[in-house]
Amino acid sequence: MNFTPAGYSLLPVLPEIVLAVGAMVLLMVGAFRGQRSTPLVVTLAIALLILTGVLQCQYLPAGKLSTFGGSFVVDGYARFLKILVLLGSAATLLISYGFLSERPRRIFEYAILILVSTVGMMLLISAGDLVMLYLGLELMSLSLYVVAACNRDDVKSTEAGLKYFVLGALASGMMLYGMSLIYGFTGTVSFAGIATAAKTGSVGVAFGLVFLLAGLCFKVSAVPFHMWTPDVYEGAPTPITAFFSSSPKVAAFAIFVRIVLTAFPNVTSEWQQIVVFVSIASMALGSFGAIGQRNFKRMMAYSSIGHMGFALVGLAAGTPEGVQGVILYLVIYTVMTFGVFTLILAMKRNGRAMEDISDFAGLSRTNPVLAFLCAMLLFSLAGIPPLAGFFAKFYVFTAAIKAGMITLSVIGVLSSVVGAFYYLNVIKVMYFDEQAGATDAVRIELGTVVVVSALFNMLFFVYPGPLVGAATAAAKSLF
Amino acid sequence: MMTWPILSVVTFLPAVGALLIWLMARGGDEAAARNARWIALWTTLINFAISLILVARFDPAQAGFQFVEEGRWLTSTIAYKMGVDGISLPFVILTTALLPLCIIASWKSVTNRVPAYMMAFLILEALMVGTFSALDLLLFYVFFEGGLIPMFLIIGVWGGPRRVYATFKFFLYTLLGSVLMLLAIMALYWNAGTTDIPTLMTTAVPRNLQTWAWLAFFASFAVKMPMWPVHTWLPDAHVEAPTAGSVILAAILLKMGGYGFLRFSLPMFPLASHDFAPLVFTLSAIAIVYTSLVALMQEDMKKLIAYSSVAHMGFVTMGIFAGTMQGVAGGVFQMVSHGLVSGALFLCVGVVYDRMHTREIAAYGGVVNRMPLYAFVFMTFTMANVGLPGTSGFVGEFLTLIGTFKVSITTVFFATLGVILSAAYALWLYRKIVFGALVKPSLATIKDLTFREVLTLGPLLVLTILFGFYPKPLLDFSAASVQQLVTNYSHAITAVKAAALMQ
Repeated sequence: MNFTPAGYSLLPVLPEIVLAVGAMVLLMVGAFRGQRSTPLVVTLAIALLILTGVLQCQYLPAGKLSTFGGSFVVDGYARFLKILVLLGSAATLLISYGFLSERPRRIFEYAILILVSTVGMMLLISAGDLVMLYLGLELMSLSLYVVAACNRDDVKSTEAGLKYFVLGALASGMMLYGMSLIYGFTGTVSFAGIATAAKTGSVGVAFGLVFLLAGLCFKVSAVPFHMWTPDVYEGAPTPITAFFSSSPKVAAFAIFVRIVLTAFPNVTSEWQQIVVFVSIASMALGSFGAIGQRNFKRMMAYSSIGHMGFALVGLAAGTPEGVQGVILYLVIYTVMTFGVFTLILAMKRNGRAMEDISDFAGLSRTNPVLAFLCAMLLFSLAGIPPLAGFFAKFYVFTAAIKAGMITLSVIGVLSSVVGAFYYLNVIKVMYFDEQAGATDAVRIELGTVVVVSALFNMLFFVYPGPLVGAATAAAKSLF
Repeated sequence: MMTWPILSVVTFLPAVGALLIWLMARGGDEAAARNARWIALWTTLINFAISLILVARFDPAQAGFQFVEEGRWLTSTIAYKMGVDGISLPFVILTTALLPLCIIASWKSVTNRVPAYMMAFLILEALMVGTFSALDLLLFYVFFEGGLIPMFLIIGVWGGPRRVYATFKFFLYTLLGSVLMLLAIMALYWNAGTTDIPTLMTTAVPRNLQTWAWLAFFASFAVKMPMWPVHTWLPDAHVEAPTAGSVILAAILLKMGGYGFLRFSLPMFPLASHDFAPLVFTLSAIAIVYTSLVALMQEDMKKLIAYSSVAHMGFVTMGIFAGTMQGVAGGVFQMVSHGLVSGALFLCVGVVYDRMHTREIAAYGGVVNRMPLYAFVFMTFTMANVGLPGTSGFVGEFLTLIGTFKVSITTVFFATLGVILSAAYALWLYRKIVFGALVKPSLATIKDLTFREVLTLGPLLVLTILFGFYPKPLLDFSAASVQQLVTNYSHAITAVKAAALMQ
């Protein structure tokens, strides 16, 4: 494609264009064929996501590409995380068949919204300046607000959507304010330009950075901007909760890492202390907050807050090892949490969803295989070797130790012990308590997702080389 | 001559057995339970047989690691590396030897979810053998911590009335200690650039890092050992665990702490070990005296033996940190001996528990009248627990005491007091249960040992007496490795002392 002027090639952005255009086409399909076409639209949407992934892997030339005057960057880091995001979105659609099959919820727009938000995530991951960052973030978030409320007849779901929207808009506002400060004090919006202009000691940049990071912390649900998470996780339909905890988190985290490392390498000490604080607060709140929860989804919301704290440990190190740790953490965490939410979605008793932890009592007797897989996922979330969750923690803490952040590491591992308690508690309910009754048969696609994610967690240690190697390469491309 | 990866086979064969059970013994019916039992028994027996090949091929004159296997794992610097030396091989054999006995001991007493129970034990065996034969620090950690998962389920699912409390306490205590060790492992990794254990043993660690890393490793191993004052999880876990779980816990899991001290603390942080030796001596002496006193007050048989385990582990830590040939060799011997004796004692408790379903000492009395064979077996192990000459318990205690005498006479003084106290509580327990008149009506029909029980206790009895009279094979086995460990340790310390004098 050489019909565009140099620096404005459309090639790097081809997968996003295909995904966006595809989403429009599917919108037309849905609009003309009505709500009964929902399963078809969902299937085509999955195919589209796979096609985008293939384009991303195979069609783009290797090496670092950049277009639109540097505001859109495709490097190893972006490639790796985009694939992860696409997988997360495809898996979300896969587990949504059951949810969308009931009459009042046969809404094909659901799939379109997920596609559009995925486009937003991909733009976000590749953002090379503040404008692209904001564009991607809003495209992603606006779709998410709507899907959170897509269970229109349910009070909790609409409440979740509204709450998410109001708080999200507030966070976006703060972020815009931060961006305008940064722009005002550095005179540029591009990350590379900011990196050269931003010097230590500039109050304006420091203020801008704080507001910017506040907005990003909201998106990754890190303390103290986590308040929406438990309510939205609990209220949103379970497939959407699974989605929230996977792809959008990955995308927001990706830009979090990219912006602090590429735009603010000269003011490291200023963002580092914020990240360290946020990380410690998230790990602690996630661990302690989850203990008292009775709703499984709500507990997982606190768990997600805690896990974001652990991932931030890697970022706090600010080194290639740290970024590698963050990437591996995101991959492994996404798989684990997706598995758990799919399991919650799959478990039904007499047609009613099982969302309370006590509903899972004695599951090891009524459904031993699922109980075992769930226990493995939970042990993995707790970070017990030889499961994948341990290696995720290992990499971020290794990076932090190398960077000399001993206090952060000690607090981190101690809070992981506190966190282990509530995961163990669920296992206790499943294995040691009296059974609460039989469960319904599990839909095949949900069972498959649970099995795949549990097997990934159990067998990661057997052959970790390729994934670790890919994460190392991806991390290097940022430096 | 190494044609097949024998160590990996010994490690992972039990896991294959667990997979077989999962494939072939599904369902909750009696047939599945029977299949699971037989598969588990054969797997552990074959594994034991293979591990004996290790013994046959092992060259005791060589101090270094043998049967070394290496493969790529996480990165080139964190590899899959296995190997054993004279210190670790006895523990590998102890593990593979005790597992068949545990399976036999659970043959009748476990009736609930048998396939899952057997799978948990087989997975646990794989992880325990892996712990003792890993030659990569991270691999070691993975095996070491991984053992928590099956043990958590064994205590929690098949345990006694307070099993949930006990298993949570066990899990969280151990995890809390271990995560700090994990951080130290990372620090060592960046210091040496690898987690290869033989390399780390020869890499100098800066003094400051030695201190912190020693403390972090100590946090983990002291909990595992367990040393006073972090021993409180042990009595709870022992009391609530099923019999075979208690056996594994006492005989093998506790040894991981001592093994860790020998494998990591002493060789990698010699200066810190030397600096902290007085702390370890103090804690060991307190453990020996205090827990012996506590054991005197127990009303539950398992709890009494659990406290006596803490006291006996006190001898081990004392001997190890004495850093002398006798002390370290005695520590290794005492651990193996305690593995046999305490395992057997828990089996003895299991024998009467299976008949009476109570572990309360007061519920028994005079069983010698109905169970003469049991009385004999129980007496032998009680004597071994006391450390009577002629039993393996004596050799270990004696060697650790001699070894420590050269370093700290005060510690030995208190430790020897503990020997007297151990006689007091062990004989008291024996008298209360076995002797006296048989007045309790519930005991009137109690039966003596069955063939199955003789099968589990017999081998342990023979070994306890054999090692008591003729400890040479076991001591020779580990002599070269212990010698090397002690030499390196004293060299490191004299070098530092010489350097201090130069200034």
